[in-house]
Order: sequence, then C-alpha cells, then structure tokens
Amino acid sequence: MSTMTDTHDDHDDHDHKPTGITRWLYTTNHKDIGTMYLWFSFTMFLIGGFMAMIIRAELYQPGLQIIDPNFFNQMTTVHGLIMVFGAVMPAFVGLANWLIPMMIGAPDMALPRMNNWSFWILPFAFSILLASLFMEGGGPNFGWTFYAPLSTTYSNDSTAFFIFSVHIMGMSSIMGAINVIVTIFNMRAPGMTFMKMPLFVWTWLITAFLLIAVMPVLAGTVTMMLTDKYFGTSFFDAAGGGDPVMFQHIFWFFGHPEVYIMILPAFGIVSEIIPTFARKRLFGYSSMVYATSSIALLSFIVWAHHMLTTGMPVAAELFFMYATMLISVPTGVKVFNWVATMWKGSMTFETPMLFALAFVILFTIGGFSGLMLAITPADFQYHDTYFVVAHFHYVLVTGAIFSIMAAAYYWLPKWTGHMYDEKLGKTHFWCSLISVNVLFFPMHFVGLAGMPRRIPDYALQFADFNKIISIGGFAFGLSQLIFLAVVIKCIRGGEKATDRVWEGATGLEWEIPSPAPYHTFSTPPEIK
Amino acid sequence: MQQSKQVENSKLVKKLVVIVIGMFGFGFALVPLYDILCEVTGLNGKTNTTAASTENIRQNKSRTVTVEFLAITNKNMPWQFKPVERRIEVYPGEVKLVNFYAMNESGNDLVGQAVPSVSPGRGATYFNKIECFCFNRQPLKAGAETLMPLTFYIDADLPEDINTLTLSYTMYDVTEAVQGESTQLSQTGE
Repeated sequence: MSTMTDTHDDHDDHDHKPTGITRWLYTTNHKDIGTMYLWFSFTMFLIGGFMAMIIRAELYQPGLQIIDPNFFNQMTTVHGLIMVFGAVMPAFVGLANWLIPMMIGAPDMALPRMNNWSFWILPFAFSILLASLFMEGGGPNFGWTFYAPLSTTYSNDSTAFFIFSVHIMGMSSIMGAINVIVTIFNMRAPGMTFMKMPLFVWTWLITAFLLIAVMPVLAGTVTMMLTDKYFGTSFFDAAGGGDPVMFQHIFWFFGHPEVYIMILPAFGIVSEIIPTFARKRLFGYSSMVYATSSIALLSFIVWAHHMLTTGMPVAAELFFMYATMLISVPTGVKVFNWVATMWKGSMTFETPMLFALAFVILFTIGGFSGLMLAITPADFQYHDTYFVVAHFHYVLVTGAIFSIMAAAYYWLPKWTGHMYDEKLGKTHFWCSLISVNVLFFPMHFVGLAGMPRRIPDYALQFADFNKIISIGGFAFGLSQLIFLAVVIKCIRGGEKATDRVWEGATGLEWEIPSPAPYHTFSTPPEIK
Repeated sequence: MQQSKQVENSKLVKKLVVIVIGMFGFGFALVPLYDILCEVTGLNGKTNTTAASTENIRQNKSRTVTVEFLAITNKNMPWQFKPVERRIEVYPGEVKLVNFYAMNESGNDLVGQAVPSVSPGRGATYFNKIECFCFNRQPLKAGAETLMPLTFYIDADLPEDINTLTLSYTMYDVTEAVQGESTQLSQTGE
C-alpha cells in the first residue's frame, strides 16, 4: 500500500519505440496494449450507447414509430452484449494492463505476446457480432442472456456468428485473466508481499480467478446452443429429452460471477481514489481484501436468484434468497470502509473524487434495489420489469462505468503527462450525474407499476415517465462526448503533470515520471 | 528476464489452463448433474423415462387418488392429441391402463415425441409407468389416427397430503430430428 521506494533515477529515456501502425499491431508493451484496450472499449461504449439511444427514441412515445419490433429486440440484445463484453470488461483489462505492472513494480506483463493476442482478437469478435446485424434476417434478437429456446429453435440464421463471436470474446478474457494472475503471482517486486499490494491489484487478481472459472462455462453454454441449433443435439430441447430451464441454470452459473467480474475492479479503483483525495490511508485494508474474496466465493452459489419465477421448490427459493442477501454483508463492509476513509479526512473534490463519491452513493442505491429483488415473494412482482433494468443500470453505469471514468481522470495525467482540463472534467461529471439519474431513477417507478422490459411498446400510463427517461438518456449520451473532448485535449497538451500528480497519492505508479516512460521498472524497485 | 522466472511462469500458466479446461468440462457436467438432481428430487415434475417393474407392487386400498391427464401439442405440431379419459380415481398400487388419442391432421407423415411432466413435482417420483407411449417416438402417417396406451400405478408411499396428481404430456414434432436433418430442428425463425 503506502510502501515507498526510491526508483526515480533509473528511468533514463531509452524510449525507442517502433512507429506507425506496426507499433500497435506487433506491440507487446503493456502500456500500448492498455491504451488500445481503453480506446477500443470507449469506441464500443459509444456504439453500444448509440444503440441505447435508438431504444430510448423508440420508447419516447407509446406505439411503434421508428423501428420495427424485431430490430428493437436486436438493439436491446446487442446493446447488452456490447456494453458487457465490449465496453466494461475491456476497459478493466485496459486499466489492468496499464496499472498492474506499474503498481507491483514489474517491467511488463508476464506474458506479453499473449497479451497482444488477447487484445487483437477482440476487434474481430465485435466486427463479427456487429456485422450480423446487417445480415439477412438480422442479428441476435433473443436478449443478451440468449435463453433457449429463443436462441436455438426460434433464432435467426446469423446465430452462428453470435456464438462464434462470444467464443472469441471468451478466449480473449481467459487469456487476459491468465496473464493477470501470472503477472501478480510471479512478477511482484521484491518486498511486495500480497498484503502490501494496492487494492486495485487485489480486486483484479480475484476477478481474474472468477474469469477463468466461469468464462469456460459460457463457452460450454454457447457450444451446447450451437450443437442444439445446427447439429441436432437436444441439451435444451424438451422434445429430445433436454430442458430449456437447464439453459438458465448453466447460463446464470456463468452470469452471476460475471456481474462481479464487472464490479470488483471498480471496488479496487474506488479504494485507490478515495484515500488519495481524503488524504488518509484506506480504512480497513485487510477487511477489504477479505470482503472482496467473500463476494467472489458467494457469487457461485446465488445464480438462481435470476430465476426465482421459474417454479423452483420453496426450499431452493429460500436458499438462493438468503445466500443473495448474505452478499450484502461483505459489500456493506466495503461501503462502510470507504465512508470511514473519508471520515475526518481533508477532502478535496477533483473530478476523479467526484466520480468515486457518486459511485459510492449510486452503487449503494443499486445494491439496495438488488436486495429488494432478492426477496423471493417480492421478486414475483419485480421480475422482468423496468425495476430490474433500473437496478442493473445503477450498478453497471453509475457503478462500473463511473468507476472507469474516475480511473481515467485519476491516471490520465500519469498516462499523458498533462493535467486534464478540470473545468471540463467537472462539467462532464455534473452533466453525467444529473442525466444518469433522470435516465434511470424513474425506471424504478415504471417498473414497480408493471412496465415489462424488452418490449418496444407500452401502456399509455407509462408515457410521461418514459419521455423523461428518454430525455435523460439523450442527455447522458451527449455528456459522454465531453469526456472524449477532455481526453483528446489532455493528450494534445495542457499543464505539465508532476510525478506524483495528486498531493495525497501513494503507490509505485506515482514514483515514476509523468508521462510514464515506455519502459518502467526494468530493474525492480525495492519495497521497504 | 531470467530463465527461472520463465519456467515459473509457464508452470503457473499450465495450471491455469488446466483449470480453464476443467471448467469447460464442468459446464457440460452440469447437464447430467441437473438431470440427476431432478430425478432424485422429482423437481420439475420429471418422471422416470424407463419402465417400472411390476413386481412387488404394494397396495393401499384405504385411500384413492385422483389422476388427471392433460395432453398438449407443441407449437407447429399439427396433431390432434388428447386423453380418452380426462380424470380417473385409483387407489395406490392399482395398475391401470389408459389411452391417449392422436390424429395426424397434416398431409405429411410425422414422428411425435411426448414429454411427460407430473404436477405437483413432489409427487412425480411416486408416479410409476409400466408401459408408456412416451418411452418411444411415435410415427403417424398423414391423416392416420391411433390410440396410445399408458400403464401406470401410484406408489403406496405417496404422501397423505397429495390427493390429486396431474400428468401432462406435451407432444413434439421430431420428424426432422429423426430423419437426421442436422440443419435446423424446426423452421420457425420467422
């Protein structure tokens, strides 16, 4: 954590790097690959966001006006897939690439060539997925959860492309996860014990284990889908002795750990940022580590809370209800630790801190609606309504995405060597904060009133709320262009960043010059 | 990098790859695990897919159980399919024969597969089928009709609080699967 080193002088500039397109194609440098991941994820964020705009435009008024229902279904499906696998996950992998070696004092990732592969197969995966939208019959339209038999018996012919692209995304994630684990296990600088590692590294280590545990299960699921649809097997086909409900069990066995894959690194980021701007050490470091591990372990035994209405026996429903509620204990530990870190700190409110604070509050709201959904009898009302949509967007947009924004602002000066435009950054924050709540908060109400999700039309009484939601959506979408402007401006120039950048920043990455040299820690730093 | 570190790395990578392959296998292992769990507990109303033996059937004439029959055709299955008797009374241990009527209303020869489900699920394991048309695929020529038999008995251990068992059959069209057409099970993409 707050272990200091003196390594500044061994970074003379031997920054010879290849130029042109081949630099990016052939690179094995963790910083280059991290940058590519982050740009890729931002591109996907805009594409997926554009699809959300189409969805919100259609839902601006009741009735069908802009797109036909089949295309609407494709938009909800591909929006979900792009945001989960294209935006959030690659953004975290990008941050891991940039930061983990610098934080543990390693010269690079342990498996640099595999690192190059795991990035470069991603653009192909998403090109395939996006291209399927333009094929005859359209792209995937069965929801990002691709429940059988919607995705097998009733899906269109482009489903094979969907399956293939999910396979590639899975391979990329698995390779990335293996790389992270090997790097953290074998490449730590002398003296960097596990319990001295920054929390971002810890949360990523746990995330990486979740990834290698469940991404293969996802690969298995889509493989079964593939053989069911094209080769006559009947894993999920009742006529052949299979069971469509089993699809949901196997999918959510992957799916629930997956949602923690998208939030644990966010916990790590926030645990880095809040101490810096509160100018205090993180409260309860080891309890944070244990809480993260328990969340990861619990994530394997709660999957069926997504399926409480499928007619499970009461005993199973109670088990999954209590197990799910148990997760709020370690999560609560984390939230209280963040609050305790800020308690009596000398806080300042730069953009990264604002995003981190918004994360703590809004993620907690998402957590509470999650608790509500976990209550089995209540879930029968909430299931498949906009209440669920509100819940997971609070944890994923104001949770995961806000933490990624916070991380970008926090480390941008270290990456580019320039301070970003604070005024513009704060504008981005306030626009995002207000619009995101206008966008997602009313969804709670329409959900409780019974508006079903994934339907292109709705009953008239939901019209006013949907108009408000759509306006919030457009505003939130546009606000993200400010972020793009901030990043471009910061890369081009700006006030020179100091090595430490933030007054209260601690950790190895702040010991090296800004911008971070192409090669860092060629000789490992000594951790005292 | 030093040689030793590379050796260490590749050792760890191998271990992690084993986990990955293991978890891929585990995904498939969930399929039989799921079936076993359903069979053991009778969850999901799954009944035995093989014939029960007729030996040692214990009888309990002190109570009767209502058995209701439902017959449903899956979407796109152009058969008429219904039980001859909708509901009967039996005592536990009584071996009973009932018939289901099916008629192929389409102009094509079709093969059907009936999939049973018992409700309440808790009673599923007490429903023993000695002979059932659902054990086999049922071919039916275009326009033909048939009676399909089911012989069953209710286990004497059926819990006291279950007085009605509902047996539901869903008839699926498996013609294409039988013909081995591997492309698509049904042409319903739209």
